[in-house]
Amino acid sequence: MKKNIIQNLGFIGLSLCMLITLFFLGVIIYFISVRGFKVISWEFLTQGPRMGMTQGGIAPAIVGTFYLTLGAILFALPLGIACAIYLCEYSPKGFVVNLIRISINNLAGVPSVVFGLFGLAVFVKFFGFGISILSGSLTLGILTLPLIISSAQEALLAVPQSIREASLSLGATRWETIKNIVLPTALPGILTGVILSIGRVAGETAPILFTAAAFYTRGYPKSIFSEVMALPYHIYALMTEGVHPDQQTAIAYGCSLILLFMVLMISGIAIYIRQRQRGIYG
Amino acid sequence: MAFASLIFLIGIVIVLFKEALPIFQKVKPLEFILGKAWYPTYSTPEFGILPLILASIWVTFGAILICVPLGVGSALYLHELAGLKQRAILKPLIEILASIPSVVYGFFGMVILTPLLQNLFHLPTGLTALNASLVLGVMATPTVCSLADDALNYVPKSFREASFAVGANRWQTLTQVVIPAAGSGISTAIILGMSRAIGETMTVLMVAGGAAVIPHTFLEPVRPMTAAIAAEMGEAPMGGSHYHALFAIALILFLTTFVFNIIAEMISRRFRIKLGLSG
Repeated sequence: MKKNIIQNLGFIGLSLCMLITLFFLGVIIYFISVRGFKVISWEFLTQGPRMGMTQGGIAPAIVGTFYLTLGAILFALPLGIACAIYLCEYSPKGFVVNLIRISINNLAGVPSVVFGLFGLAVFVKFFGFGISILSGSLTLGILTLPLIISSAQEALLAVPQSIREASLSLGATRWETIKNIVLPTALPGILTGVILSIGRVAGETAPILFTAAAFYTRGYPKSIFSEVMALPYHIYALMTEGVHPDQQTAIAYGCSLILLFMVLMISGIAIYIRQRQRGIYG
Repeated sequence: MAFASLIFLIGIVIVLFKEALPIFQKVKPLEFILGKAWYPTYSTPEFGILPLILASIWVTFGAILICVPLGVGSALYLHELAGLKQRAILKPLIEILASIPSVVYGFFGMVILTPLLQNLFHLPTGLTALNASLVLGVMATPTVCSLADDALNYVPKSFREASFAVGANRWQTLTQVVIPAAGSGISTAIILGMSRAIGETMTVLMVAGGAAVIPHTFLEPVRPMTAAIAAEMGEAPMGGSHYHALFAIALILFLTTFVFNIIAEMISRRFRIKLGLSG
C-alpha cells in the first residue's frame, strides 16, 4: 500500500512541475497580449516614433528587423545547406567529420553577446562595414548557421537510403541524385529549420547591440550600410533610455506583443510542419 | 563551404584572444580574475572582474534551482504520465516557451516581476539577482525539459518491462530504473541548460540591476559578465583598456561555455555507448 501512496505523491509532484512551467508561459503571454493590445493601432504599425519616443509608431523598427533577418538568412542558408550536404552525402566518415560536428555543436553554444563582439571586431572594425545592416546580418547569420546545418542534416538523414540507390542504379551521378532526388525529398525538413532560424534571428538582441542597432533613425534605412532600428533592440532601449518611462513602457508593451506575435507565428508554423513531417516518416 | 562552422569557431577564438591580450600587459591575469574592484572608467581605472564572475555564478546557480526541478519534472511528466494526445499538445507548448525572445523575457521581468519582488521583500529596487535568477530559470526550463525528454526516450522499453516483471510499480521503475539509466543524458541536459543561463545576456542586462559589487544576498542588484559586456561596450573607446578588458571577459565566458559543451558532449557519448546506441 505504502509504495502506491509514494507513487501518487510522486506523480502529483511531476504534474505540478508541468503545470508551473505552463503557468509561466500563460502569464507571460497574457500580460503582454492584454497590455500590448491597447497600444496597437494602424498608426502604431505604419509610422515612425514622434515626440521623443512618447508617441507615434514602430514601423522603422519592424522594417529594420525584416532587413536584418533577410540578410542573415541569405548569408546562412546557402552556407548551411552546403555544409549539411557535404556532411551527409559526401564526406568520408572519421576525424574530419567529427571535428566539424564538434565545431557545429560548440558554435551553437557560444553566448550571443560573444557573437556580437566578434561582429564588432571583424565586420564593423576590421572590414570597415561600420554599424550597419550588413554587419548585423552577417553576425546574425553566423549565429544561426549551426541551427540551419543541424536541421538540414536531420532532414537529409531522414531521406531513405533506398531512394538514393534507385537513382544511382538508373545511371544518375552522385550530384544528379542529390540535386534531383535527395534535396527535393528533404525540402520540407530543411524549410522547417530555416523557418525556426528566422524566428530565432528576428528576436535576437545582443548580437546587434554593437553591430547594427540604433535607438532612433530618421525614416527608413537607405542602404545596407545604414544603421537600423530593430524591434528587439527597440524594446530594450525604450526600457533603459529616454526620459518618459511611463509612455515608453506602454510603447514597449506594444513592441513586445508585435515581436512575440511574429516570432510565435513563425515558430508555430515550423513546429506544425515538423510534427506532420515526423508523422509521415514515423 | 563545409568547413564554414569550423572556420568561424576558430575565427571567434582568434579575435577574442587578439582583442583581449593587450589588457594583460596592464593587469596580471590573476589580478584581473581575482581583483575585487571593477572601476573601468575612473581616471586610474581598476579592472578586477571577481564581482562580475561571482554575479554570474550566483545568478546561474539560482536559475539552476528553478530550471532543474521544473525542466526535469516536466520531462518526466511528458515521459511517464502524458498520453500521446497530451504529448502532442505539450511538446509544442514547451517549444513555444523556448522560442520567446530573451528581450521579451527581460521586459516581462522588468514590468511584472520587479514591482512584485520589491513589494514582497520591501526592497529599494526590485532589479536584483533573485529577479534575474527567476527569469533565467524559466528561460532555461524548456531547454532542460526537451533534452531530458530525449534522454528518457532513449532508454529501451525492455528496461521498464523487466522492472515491472519483478513486481515494481511505475514510480519505483521510474526512480530506480529509468532515471538512473537516463542519468547521464539528464545531466547533459542540465549542463546545457546551465551553459545557456551563463551566456544569456539581454535578460540579466535588463533585470539584474547592474551594480558591479560582490553580491552578499540574492536581494541585491548585481552585474553578471554578459551584462557588463553589453552595457559597457557601447561607451568603451575602441582600442582602449576598457575595450580590451571587455573582450577578456568575453574570452572567459567563451571558454566556460566551451568547457561545458565539451563535458556535455563527452557525457552524452558515454551515455549512448552505455545504452548500446551508436553515435
